[in-house]
Amino acid sequence: MRLEPIANPSLARSTLPPVLAIAATVIVASLLAMLAGANPFAVLGLILKGAAGSKFAVLETLNRATPLIFTGLAVAVAFRARLWNIGAEAQLYAGALMTVVLGTGALPWSATALLPTLVLVSMLAGAAVLLVPALLKVRFGVDEVVTTLLFNFIFLLFISLLLEGPLKDPMGMGWPKSERLIAEARLPRIVEGLRLHWGFALALISAALVWVIQRRTTLGYEMRAVGLNREAARFAGIPVNAVLIKTALLSGGLAALAGFSEVAGVKGSLTLDLSPGFGYTGIIVAMLALLNPLGVIAAALFVAGIFVGADSMSRAVGVPTYLADIMLATALLLMVLAILLTRFRVVRE
Amino acid sequence: MTGADTAQVVLRLDRITKRFGALTANDAVSLDLHRGEVVALLGENGAGKTTLMNILFGQYTADEGQVMVMGQALPPGNPRAALEAGVGMVHQHFTLADNLTVLENVTLGTEPLWRWRSERAAARTKIARLSADFHLAVDPDARVGSLTVGERQRVEILKALYREARILILDEPTAVLTPQETDDLFATLREAVAKGLSIVFISHKLHEVMDIAHRVVILRHGKVVAEMETANTDRHALAAAMVGSDVSAPRVAPGTPGAPLLQLHAVTTADRGSAPGLKSLNLALRAGQITGLAGVSGNGQAALADVIAGLSIPASGRLDLGGAEMAQWSPRAAVEHGIARIPEDRHKTGTIADFSLTENAILESYHKPPMSRAGWMSWPRAEAETQAIIKGYDIRCPGPDTRIRLLSGGNMQKLILGRVLEANPRIILANQPVRGLDIGAVNYVHEQLLKARDRGAAVLLISEDLDEIMALSDVIHVMSEGRLSPEFARGTMTPAELGVWMAGHGFEAGVAHAS
Repeated sequence: MRLEPIANPSLARSTLPPVLAIAATVIVASLLAMLAGANPFAVLGLILKGAAGSKFAVLETLNRATPLIFTGLAVAVAFRARLWNIGAEAQLYAGALMTVVLGTGALPWSATALLPTLVLVSMLAGAAVLLVPALLKVRFGVDEVVTTLLFNFIFLLFISLLLEGPLKDPMGMGWPKSERLIAEARLPRIVEGLRLHWGFALALISAALVWVIQRRTTLGYEMRAVGLNREAARFAGIPVNAVLIKTALLSGGLAALAGFSEVAGVKGSLTLDLSPGFGYTGIIVAMLALLNPLGVIAAALFVAGIFVGADSMSRAVGVPTYLADIMLATALLLMVLAILLTRFRVVRE
Repeated sequence: MTGADTAQVVLRLDRITKRFGALTANDAVSLDLHRGEVVALLGENGAGKTTLMNILFGQYTADEGQVMVMGQALPPGNPRAALEAGVGMVHQHFTLADNLTVLENVTLGTEPLWRWRSERAAARTKIARLSADFHLAVDPDARVGSLTVGERQRVEILKALYREARILILDEPTAVLTPQETDDLFATLREAVAKGLSIVFISHKLHEVMDIAHRVVILRHGKVVAEMETANTDRHALAAAMVGSDVSAPRVAPGTPGAPLLQLHAVTTADRGSAPGLKSLNLALRAGQITGLAGVSGNGQAALADVIAGLSIPASGRLDLGGAEMAQWSPRAAVEHGIARIPEDRHKTGTIADFSLTENAILESYHKPPMSRAGWMSWPRAEAETQAIIKGYDIRCPGPDTRIRLLSGGNMQKLILGRVLEANPRIILANQPVRGLDIGAVNYVHEQLLKARDRGAAVLLISEDLDEIMALSDVIHVMSEGRLSPEFARGTMTPAELGVWMAGHGFEAGVAHAS
């Protein structure tokens, strides 16, 4: 069996495989639910209901999607320029760290001054975290996949060190947890009474801005050129290394916003379980979105919906929430395969 | 030569049809190859030659029709079957392992590994016999990495003969050879057909086709449009049949040379792997003059092109533009100083395949007005510019939004020409500007270069095609192992004399040699 490229894929060719991928994901999930001894229709229904079946469920999904939009954008921006940023997790914690360092009383400002400052400083911290691997890459050719991935663990241990030491909340009864943010550093709710904070709006705005950068600015044009063909970009005079550095700064900054938004919008303090792998899930979100910044919003909602729905389903019928992880992994693998099939056809030898 | 009607048909392609979506790459193509015959397959780029050979060799499966070797139908889509039936293919890009010896390369894959040693003596004898029979002089114990391009090609042919190939397919075999090496190759091929082999010879070079082939099959738009005996035709008729109309190469009047616009003084660059760098090279490109750079591929032409294009900075020596030394040198600096650069590889370096025509057209100008202002792209302006290039350079495409990968090589090259020539550059670096183009596009590119020369541009034409160099250049240099020959004025050298320089003779003694 071989793959043969298709010159002009038909409409059915380009839409059917992704639809089939989602359908196959649902079937795999159903089989697993049956294995767990539950009625698959009930399980799927409960997931759907848990994700979008009530006002509470929808808000919960939107809340969960917020950090995923940020990390998804971070990955999408970097991957578009073929900068393989696997370190969104570390950049997220860098943003969270700066938020608690400055937001727990160090800056006794009003919210209108403090929140923009926290956004900016968080972004700078995330950018700085990715700057090091990016510089190592353009100066010495060090593979950023390795450096960014491993730096996640280093940074998490560093946070752990801080939470056991200087940042430890004296009132925290010994838990490794930071002090709580002052009220001015908390992101308010968008509508009073609804559990949805301004971080979600910031995520939507960020996605729109990234789209504008990619489509309407010279930087976006350079990023796409560098990603598609580095050799041709260099030949044409595009400063490839500078573009990669700028991409790293933007990507790191976006990932850091996930940390800021989780601390300032949801948790109110920094703990080691702030992110259940949002940085890594961002890769899934970006891939499902085909690296399109607006697609990232939809993909993040899909992924968040499955997580939230699976939580609620698990409480109701006792099928483990691992089903959500399997569904996402299956969806990602099948989606990658589906994208391949929109561009190639399989030929039997 | 051979009584074609009576001789045995060794290979028959019977009404081969292959479609890719809406495109019919081969449309009921039939071809007979007789024992002891050379058939040339001639056609523009995109005419379907490569598809046809890929079907013959089992890389693709034909939608209709079949391939018969020695009267037996080949199972479709099976490269091994083609090999076993005695079809040998010498690709344009060699498929040899550089770190193995000639003997190892030739026997690779023909013997089970555990019997390797015992078969070795027999293999050596067989290779020695084949070398002698077919005038394929090559040392069986030499490492392939240390061989010249011509020698490597001989190894490829040996490989096919060692596997008892009765039919040889040669894809553009002379593209990388000196005239002398081409003569040697043709001697080998004549020996081969005399011994009863049959050859399919794919080439763009009409005089070689006339020289070596008995019959010529001409493909156009996937169809066989003409089949001629070389004895009864001439180059002009072949060219006309290939493009479908009577074409004439542009008439070249001598240029009027002016002041030197670009000068290299004792420029040296580092060697890159097996490719030599420049060895203390002096060169002046004058206004209103085409300087031709002849030479066998891989003798430093790429290093020179990279220096002029801004991609590399000389290790020592000086680069002067209009009399002033260039301190800061980069691709963008080269563009800003009015150097139009036509790269050697338009697919990899010249264009970004998944970018639209518009995005490709502004690759060198996107960062300044009118294409962008303060970091914001002006796409309408870019599209208008692209429309103008499409019109001005007669690019056949559905529109400026088309991804450039869907264009033919000729149309792609026209876009690159439009991109670099629209700014009326003072210096033009044309590196293999017509490689792989059909004759119509070749003439178009040459006309554009001559036009630019006539309005006062200095043109450096780098080509492996000596005919092209001799036809267009006002002065010629030959390059060998990173060294540059003296300047030869138009018409003062014969191809054979240039061939001597291309082979590395005549360069002054004492110039450092690449080790």
